[in-house]
Amino acid sequence: MMEKQILIEIRDVKKTLNGHAVLNGVNLTIYKGDLIAIVGASGGGKSVLMKNVIGLMKPDYGQIIIDGKNTVNMSHRQYLKIIERFGVLFQSGALFDSINVYENIAFPLRERTKLKEKDIKLKIEDVLASVGLKGMDNKYPAELSGGMRKRAALARAIVLNPDVVFFDEPTTGLDPILMNAIHGLIKENHHQYGYTGIIISHEIPKIFSVANKVAMLHDGLIIAYGTPEEIQNSENPHVRNFLYNQ
Amino acid sequence: MIVVNIFGYVMAYIGRVFLGLISEIGKMGIFLFNTLAYSVLPPYRWKPLLRQIWFQGYMSLIVIFMTGSFAGMVLALQFYHTLKQFGADSMLGPAVALSLIRELGPVFTALMVTGRAGSAITSEIGIMRISEQIDSLYVMALNPYKYVIVPNFLAAILCFPLLTALFDVIGIYGGYFVGVKLLGVSGELYFEQMKSIVNMEDIAMGFYKSLCFAIIVIWICCYKGFMVGTEFGGHGARAVSKATTDAVVMSSVTILIGDYIMGSFFI
Repeated sequence: MMEKQILIEIRDVKKTLNGHAVLNGVNLTIYKGDLIAIVGASGGGKSVLMKNVIGLMKPDYGQIIIDGKNTVNMSHRQYLKIIERFGVLFQSGALFDSINVYENIAFPLRERTKLKEKDIKLKIEDVLASVGLKGMDNKYPAELSGGMRKRAALARAIVLNPDVVFFDEPTTGLDPILMNAIHGLIKENHHQYGYTGIIISHEIPKIFSVANKVAMLHDGLIIAYGTPEEIQNSENPHVRNFLYNQ
Repeated sequence: MIVVNIFGYVMAYIGRVFLGLISEIGKMGIFLFNTLAYSVLPPYRWKPLLRQIWFQGYMSLIVIFMTGSFAGMVLALQFYHTLKQFGADSMLGPAVALSLIRELGPVFTALMVTGRAGSAITSEIGIMRISEQIDSLYVMALNPYKYVIVPNFLAAILCFPLLTALFDVIGIYGGYFVGVKLLGVSGELYFEQMKSIVNMEDIAMGFYKSLCFAIIVIWICCYKGFMVGTEFGGHGARAVSKATTDAVVMSSVTILIGDYIMGSFFI
């Protein structure tokens, strides 16, 4: 069997915010093509870890190695080359609220590619259909429900065919039906586009049916990492407490 | 012992405030440097720039027309009664024009645009910040300065002097209406004396002032909005409202201080 390639390596990353140590030396290796869920209690530093990886924050200590290059001390220009390959679905969706769904999805296509308007239109129709939002292109973000907003944001995140997609709590605030729909969509899209997916979540046990690897963040450290089955059978008291006493 | 402790606390507090101030000035300096650098570096974004020219310039026309006309009318009313005591009511035109061109035009225009557009710019950028729209630009490998800050900055540099010029002209005609049509000053003298006394230096002074005010206002308003949601600017809706208030107050005070400083240099 061919060995999987390492895509992201997080080495001993520490981050303190307002005097509070949020990350205490996180170590995590993410392989190409994986769909990994980072789970943990709310406020436990999952989003901070994601922001450090995507460059919205800088670690106080440690290394974040992407494709063999340490990104922590990279120049802005070098880092742009790295994040060009990322797609991010923010917790709030982060759609531009003064333009409609079509314009939101067209925005990265117009700014980052040389596609003609008619090709952009085709691509948007395609991606909107893949997230189940066909015919919603003229709606403004404020006119969409929470689930639809997440779908539109997902469409924008994947429209440039990124190598890595980050999902920051993609189902927070959604009802169980919508939650299942979004989880299903992430799994389906991952299969269709073949990107590496990193999901920040605290949806236990639902996330086990979506991800093929799960990492648990507790007290600023990764205390367990493995397949969903391995995590569910973990003997670690913190993991058991989080899984079964929520 | 207690006195020593209190003294220590007071000194520590003063030190923290001073360091905070230095840090804020430093961050504002870096922000301005980035804005200036990205203003001249390609690629150039025309669409957001045109939208901001429309918002800051065109949408301010009614406010400028109203304030300009009434400022000129009030000036004419006040100057007329004072000048008449010395038999110098023929100097009404130059008095109104010089006051408007050198002082009131640039200052009033800057204050009006701060209230109308500056506050909106701060809150818009602040909301973009707290709803992660600016972060989403970063992760699309796009530069937020290029899309959010630079169009505002360039539009202000273009619009402030033009709006000031409009304010001056409308104010002069407002003064003409009160002085000539209502109070009976000679219309010919109003403009003839103005032509002989107002010179290019006065107009240049007004132009430089409006340019400086444009930079000050847009620098402060954009910076305050941009810092919302960071560890320096607080979080949530309250941070947006605080940033907006701070931006308007700070811009207004800085305009008046700047007006005095520039006025004393030019005189």
